[in-house]
Amino acid sequence: MPITSNKLTLGEYDQHFSDIHPPFETHSAALVDANRCLFCYDAPCMKSCPTSIDVPKFIKQIATENIKGSAHTILSSNIMGAGCSRVCPVEKLCEGACVYNLMGEEAIPIAKLQRYATEKAMAAKWPLFTRKPATGKKVAVVGAGPAGLSCAHVLSREGIEVTIYEKESKGGGLMTYGIAAYKVTPQFCEEEVNYITSLGGIDIKYNQELGKHITLDELKKNYDAVYLGFGVGLARQLDIPGEDLQGVVDAIGFIYAIRTNNYATVPVGDKVAVIGLGMTAIDAATQAKRLGAKEVTIVYRRTEAEKPCTNVELDIARLDGCKLIWLAAPAALTGTDGHVSQLICNVMKLGEPDVSGRRSPVPTGETITLEVDMVIKAAGQVPFEELVSTNQLQHNKGRISIDNNCSTSIPGVFAGGDCVNGGKEVVDAVQAGKDGAKAILKYLEQ
Amino acid sequence: MADISANFLGIKSPNPFWLASAPPTDKKINVLRAFEAGWGGVVWKTLGSQVKNVSSRYSAVSYNGSRVMGFNNIELISDRPLDLNLQEIKECIRLFPDRAMIVSLMADNDRQSWHELIKQVEDTGAHGLELNFGCPHGMTERGMGAAVGQDPEIARMVVEWVMEKATIPVITKLTPNVHSVVPTGKAAVEAGTDALSLINTIQSVTGIDLDTFVPNPNVGGKSTFGGYCGPAVKPIALKMLTTISQDPVTSKVPVSGIGGISTWKDAAEFMLLGATTLQVCTAVMKHGFRIVEDMCEGLNNWMDEKGFKKIEDFIGKSVPTLTHWEDLDINFHIVANINQDKCIHCGLCYIACEDGSHQSINLQYGKPYNTYSIKEEECVGCNLCKLVCPVEDCITMVEQRKGEEYLNWKEFQRRGLPLNDH
Ligand SMILES: Cc1cc2nc3c(=O)[nH]c(=O)nc-3n(C[C@H](O)[C@H](O)[C@H](O)COP(=O)(O)OP(=O)(O)OC[C@H]3O[C@@H](n4cnc5c(N)ncnc54)[C@H](O)[C@@H]3O)c2cc1C
Ligand SMILES: Cc1cc2nc3c(=O)[nH]c(=O)nc-3n(C[C@H](O)[C@H](O)[C@H](O)COP(=O)(O)O)c2cc1C
Ligand code: SF4
Ligand code: SF4
Ligand code: SF4
Repeated sequence: MPITSNKLTLGEYDQHFSDIHPPFETHSAALVDANRCLFCYDAPCMKSCPTSIDVPKFIKQIATENIKGSAHTILSSNIMGAGCSRVCPVEKLCEGACVYNLMGEEAIPIAKLQRYATEKAMAAKWPLFTRKPATGKKVAVVGAGPAGLSCAHVLSREGIEVTIYEKESKGGGLMTYGIAAYKVTPQFCEEEVNYITSLGGIDIKYNQELGKHITLDELKKNYDAVYLGFGVGLARQLDIPGEDLQGVVDAIGFIYAIRTNNYATVPVGDKVAVIGLGMTAIDAATQAKRLGAKEVTIVYRRTEAEKPCTNVELDIARLDGCKLIWLAAPAALTGTDGHVSQLICNVMKLGEPDVSGRRSPVPTGETITLEVDMVIKAAGQVPFEELVSTNQLQHNKGRISIDNNCSTSIPGVFAGGDCVNGGKEVVDAVQAGKDGAKAILKYLEQ
Repeated sequence: MADISANFLGIKSPNPFWLASAPPTDKKINVLRAFEAGWGGVVWKTLGSQVKNVSSRYSAVSYNGSRVMGFNNIELISDRPLDLNLQEIKECIRLFPDRAMIVSLMADNDRQSWHELIKQVEDTGAHGLELNFGCPHGMTERGMGAAVGQDPEIARMVVEWVMEKATIPVITKLTPNVHSVVPTGKAAVEAGTDALSLINTIQSVTGIDLDTFVPNPNVGGKSTFGGYCGPAVKPIALKMLTTISQDPVTSKVPVSGIGGISTWKDAAEFMLLGATTLQVCTAVMKHGFRIVEDMCEGLNNWMDEKGFKKIEDFIGKSVPTLTHWEDLDINFHIVANINQDKCIHCGLCYIACEDGSHQSINLQYGKPYNTYSIKEEECVGCNLCKLVCPVEDCITMVEQRKGEEYLNWKEFQRRGLPLNDH
C-alpha cells in the first residue's frame, strides 16, 4: 500500500502542530518567574549557555520591567535569541545548570523568559543595534543559517558590508527547514531573519549555491574574507538491502516537506518505523504521529542508557504514543510491488565500550520483523564531503578543519557551525558565527 | 490551650486583636462582620467634624512582585453624619457585648467641643476612648491631629480637657511624625491618660507615576504627602514602642501596639516589646477580616509551645534585651561557616561579602559550579552572607569568642585597650 497524505482535519493539524512550549500569557506571570531568579553571581546557567547570555541580568531586567534592556542583553550575545528560546534543549544547557535543580526545585524557565523579552523586541521591531561607520571591507558568507547570520550580524555592526549566498529561497537554515514544526513556524523564522537583517549592511542572495552558481575562487577574489556556514545536509545511508524501496525516506527530507508544504499534503504511512534516536529521529517520529500515522515505532541499536537524545525529548515521543524498540539494528527492508512492507532487524546486545566510550552493540544472531509501510531514516547526517574536498579545504570525513582562529586551511576563508562540528544545536552555530566574525575582524586588521 | 484574652484597663476582649481606627471600622456592617469573624475589639473610625474626602486616596509600594508592602492614604476622619455613627456604635455594642468597643475622637480644638463629643460617645455605652493625635494630613492645617501630637504642650492641654470629662478609659494615640514619641507620650501620661497607642501613619511619598510624572495617589493631576503604614513600617513602630516601654513615665500605662501587624508573629513581637493589645488596619484592608483566625490560632500555639498560660506572661519580656550600643559585649565574636552539602553555588554570599563587606569569602572556579568557602581569619562576623544565602541553615555563624569575660565599650576605653585588633 503506498503511503497517503491528508489523514486529519485542518483543526487537528493546527492542534497537533501548535506551540509545544507556550509563552507566558501575561506580564505578571513572567514577573513571578523572573522574581524567583536568585541573580546568581558568576551564574552556572550563563556558563552553560554556549553563547554565554548574561541570564541573571536579562531576567533581572524583566523583573524591573526594562524589557528593551533585557532583549538587548540577550540579543547582543545571541542574535538568534528569539529562535533559541524556542528550540534550545535547555534541559541540558542553561536550565539544566540552574541552581534550583540543586535545591530539588523547578529550574527558572530561562527559555520562556528569553522568549518573553525577544518576542516583544521582534513584535515592536526595536532597533537595538547600530552599525559603526563603514570600513570599506566586504565579506562573503555562504549559508544563511544560524552560523552565517550570526557571523554577518557581528561583521555588519563593525561596519563591514556582508553578502550572504544561500542555496534555498529562504534564510534561517535548518531553523527554517529542519526544526520540528511545533517549535517554530516558517513565518516566525522569516520574521527572525528580517529582524536580524533590519540592521542593514547584510545582503542575502537567495538561490545561490556554492559549487553550482558560484565558486569559492570567485568569492575569494571578490571579497576581503569568506565565511563558510553551509551546515550538514545529507542523511546517512543505512547501506542495507531494500533502501531504494518506495516509502523509505530520510528524516531531513521528510521534515523539509513538513516545513515547506501544507501539513495535509505531506504523505505519511500508517505503520511507520523511525531509525535512530537523536533529536532528528524524535522530531521525525513525533511529527509522523502528528500527521496522522497510526503506529510509530522508533528502532534503536543500543539501550536507553546510551541514547543521544535527552529525557525531555524522549518524553515528547512517548507522550505522542511512539513505541520504542531497544537493541535492534536494521538489517534489511523487503517490499511488495516496489513498496516497503517489512523492516527486518538484528537483535543486539551490548558489547565492549567503543572509542566514544559508549558500549557498542553486537548482533545476537536473532532477528525481528516489523510490518511497515514507511521507514524514516534518522541515523545521522553526513557532511557535504564533495563540496569540501573539491575546494581543497582540509577536512575530517567532510567536516571542515579549522584552527583556533576559525580559519580553514585556505587563508582568508573561515568556517563554523554544523559544517565544522558535524551537527550540534542552533545555539552552538550562533556562537560559532560570533567566533568566526571575531577572527575575520582580526584578520582584516592585518 | 493558652488563654489569649486581654484585659486592657478593665476593657475585656476575647483576644488581643483589635481593628485600628480606619475604614474597616467606619460603620455597623463592617464592624458586625469583623466581630463575626472573631476580632476581639474595634477602635471606631475617628469621629469629629468638618470632613470631606477626595479621590483617589490610597497608594501602595510593591516590592519584587509582592503587592502592598507599604500602604499610603490621604483619607481624613469619618465623613459620615455623627448621629448615624453614634447610633450604629450603640447597636454593635448591644449585638456583641463581649467585644471591646473603643471610639476614636478628634474634636475641634477647644475644651467645649471635646467635652460635648465625649458626652455623646459615652452615651453609646462604648468601653473606651482613643484620642487621635496623629492624622498627618488635612486635619493638621486646622490645628488638629498630628498638629496636637507633635507638640507635647498642646497634647498635654487636650488630654487635660478630656480627663476632666471622661468617665471611661482614655487611650492617647501617638503620631510617629516626630523625632521621638516619648515627649508627647510623657505629656499625655502626666496629663492623666490611662493608656497609649502607637503608631499612627508616617508622612510619605510612595512613588511617582513615570508616565504622568504625578506622585501617587493622583487627585486630578496633583498629590499630597500621605500617611504610610503596612508591613513596611513595622520596624519603625517596634522601635517607637520600645522607647515608650523603656521610659519610666510612659511605661506606667498599658500600650496598644499598631503599625504593620499582619500575622500572629508580628503580634507576638509587639507584645514582647510591651503591647497589651494589637491594632490592625492595612492587613485587613488587603486580605479582609478572615486573617484573625490564624492570628488567634498561631498566637495560641506559640504560647503553648513556650509554656505561656496567659498573655501577661510574656508582655514586655524582650524590653530589657534592647540596650545601648555601649553595653554590648565586645568580646563576643562569630564567624561564618558554609555547609558545603547544602550550598547550591549561587555565589550570592561571595558577591555580597566581596562588594558589600570584608572580602572574606574564597571563590574556587568551577564549570558550571564554583565552590565558596569562608576565610575565617578575615571574617568580621557581620552576618551579611547568612542574610543573603537563599538556602535555609546553609550558612551558620559559629561562636569564637575573643575573650572569656564580658567586655563593653566603656570598660574597653577605661582599660585603654588597643583599637583595631579585631
Ligand atoms: C531535524 C533536525 C532537528 C533539529 N532540531 C534542533 C532543535 O530542536 N534545537 C536546536 O538547537 N538544534 C536543532 N537542530 C540542529 C540545528 O538546526 C543546527 O545545528 C543549526 O541549524 C546549524 O546551523 P548552521 O548555520 O551551521 O547550518 P544550517 O542551519 O544547516 O544552515 C546552513 C545554510 O547553508 C545553506 N547551504 C548549504 N549548502 C549550501 C551551498 N552549497 N551554497 C549556499 N548555501 C548552502 C543551507 O541552505 C542553509 O540555509 C536540528 C537539526 C535537524 C537536522
Ligand atoms: C485608609 C486609612 C484611614 C485611616 N484613618 C484613621 C483614622 O481615622 N484615625 C486614626 O486614628 N487612624 C487612622 N488610620 C491609621 C491606622 O489606624 C493605623 O494607625 C495605621 O494604619 C497603622 O497600622 P497598619 O500598619 O496596621 O495599617 C488610617 C489608616 C488608613 C490606611
Ligand atoms: S540561548 Fe538557549 S541555552 Fe542560551 S540561555 Fe537562551 S535558551 Fe538557554
Ligand atoms: S542559575 Fe537559576 S537562579 Fe541562578 S541566575 Fe541562573 S536562572 Fe537565576
Ligand atoms: S549564598 Fe549560600 S547557597 Fe549561595 S553560594 Fe553562598 S553559601 Fe552557597
